[in-house]
Amino acid sequence: MIRRKSVAQFLGFWALRLSVWLVLGVLALLLYDIIRRGAGVINWEFLTKPPRRGMTEGGIFPAIFGTLLVTMVTAVLAIPVGMFAAIYLNEYARQNRFTRLIRLSIRNLSGVPSIVYGLFGVILFVNLLKFGTSILSAGLTLGLMTLPWTVTASEESLKTIPAAYREGALALGATKWQAIRTNVLPYALPGMLTGTILGLARAAGETAPIMFTGAAFSLPFLPKSLSDQFMALPYHLYIMATQHHDIAKVRPLAYGTALVLVGMIFGLNLTAVVLRYRLRRRRR
Amino acid sequence: MTARSKIEARKLDFFYGSKHVLKGLDLACPEKSVTAIIGPSGCGKSTFIRTLNRMNDVVAGTRLAGRILLDGADIHDPEMDPVELRRRVGMVFQKPNPFPKSIFDNVAYGLRINGERRRGRLEEVVEKSLREAALWDEVKDRLRENAFALSGGQQQRLCIARALAVRPEVILFDEPCSAIDPIATARVEDLIQRLKTEYTVVIVTHNMQQAARVSDYTAFLMLGELVEFGDTKTIFTAPVRKMTEEYITGRFG
Ligand SMILES: Nc1ncnc2c1ncn2[C@@H]1O[C@H](COP(=O)(O)OP(=O)(O)O)[C@@H](O)[C@H]1O
Ligand SMILES: [Mg+2]
Repeated sequence: MIRRKSVAQFLGFWALRLSVWLVLGVLALLLYDIIRRGAGVINWEFLTKPPRRGMTEGGIFPAIFGTLLVTMVTAVLAIPVGMFAAIYLNEYARQNRFTRLIRLSIRNLSGVPSIVYGLFGVILFVNLLKFGTSILSAGLTLGLMTLPWTVTASEESLKTIPAAYREGALALGATKWQAIRTNVLPYALPGMLTGTILGLARAAGETAPIMFTGAAFSLPFLPKSLSDQFMALPYHLYIMATQHHDIAKVRPLAYGTALVLVGMIFGLNLTAVVLRYRLRRRRR
Repeated sequence: MTARSKIEARKLDFFYGSKHVLKGLDLACPEKSVTAIIGPSGCGKSTFIRTLNRMNDVVAGTRLAGRILLDGADIHDPEMDPVELRRRVGMVFQKPNPFPKSIFDNVAYGLRINGERRRGRLEEVVEKSLREAALWDEVKDRLRENAFALSGGQQQRLCIARALAVRPEVILFDEPCSAIDPIATARVEDLIQRLKTEYTVVIVTHNMQQAARVSDYTAFLMLGELVEFGDTKTIFTAPVRKMTEEYITGRFG
């Protein structure tokens, strides 16, 4: 009996351990491959100059610039709207079947494939609102895609704040908004921001939503306003990896681009972790 | 009873959805005294004191009938702002609930939300309130520390100081000692006794000895109904109702 139990424990433990190794192993292999093949092409010129000779030479600066810009537009939509929606849903809305339905819909929206958002963005922003294929259209499309994630992450964060903080503040003569502003939001903010930034990082790496809404194959100039088209890292990578007429020749540059993209997303995620850690400590 | 009543319930009924929790309660708490609410668990003690500062307003699906008078004025009157009411009728909860802020910021919280910004004034009130709550000597050198660093009993006294800082007229205690140790309990009881010189105190407790020790008047509740109300000595030595006697001698509950 005791033997059977300890054998089961042994097997269970190793099953868990192997799963972790598998996940980490694949990830490590992927990173290793990208770094090994991409690190060689990364230099100052690669990061600061536009592509030349049909992308076979030069850098990827316009794509870096475009991705940063479009991510900012995404942030401007997704951060405030996502947080306010979460505050409303969690703190103000009556909890009934209707709000449950809304919450369920939001959860479902976060599972909608990004190409669907892309096509929706074409109809709504490019055509209906006449923003054209532009940074604005692409950023808003990515923003819509990110919203379900920010709303959900923000609401989860609000839920972790004990009801006693709200009641305690009310019992001292605080208005509901005062209680939320001074005794709920400060403690929920680290979690809200982390979830939001993770959502942004995901958006920054997407191709499908920007492909038809504003990202360009190649542009001679940097965009001058939000209504211009732009180049973006994931789209640039997609082109070099699959659409280029001389794929073999641009392969090293494609790996370099992949490395820069992964690096940027890693940087965003790291920001989220550091931010959360800092804010937590300040509150202690 | 000769004392003037500070806060009183008249024909008070309360419902959670369709659940009838308080049934026609008539109860007047005399000014500047301690009124204890006793009764078996689930009889509606917490519900009752939460109606006194309209804390139940924030619970969805509740309904209240009857009246609650503070200094003779109906607290549900449209002219009565629930926010202002809660400043006048403070509350200390069962589980100590310090905010994750410094000791100073905890006590200053109520003043700040009411617009007080002057540093000197805040310091003055924080010290006064902590002294009243018999906590000053233990924390005066660590006001900047997080309130979570305090022991459970200290946290509860901090919550009392926080409630006192906004100068309420009535203070409601909902089983304030059920989550702290016996020594801390003795200090809180001592404190409650001293508060009645300035405040009207209503305390819920399921501890009979505590009610006998700290209160001037005692109300006994059963299944949402008031069984008996009177001065504490009478309730504990010569109760009128048989049920009261059985409860306080520990035959049930
Ligand atoms: N939020 C609520 N929703 C529904 N029923 C509740 C709620 N709070 C308390 N009750 C019920 O109301 C009754 C009285 O509860 P309570 O006032 O907490 O009693 P006590 O404090 O005397 O133990 C209990 O039967 C309890 O289950
Ligand atoms: Mg209770």
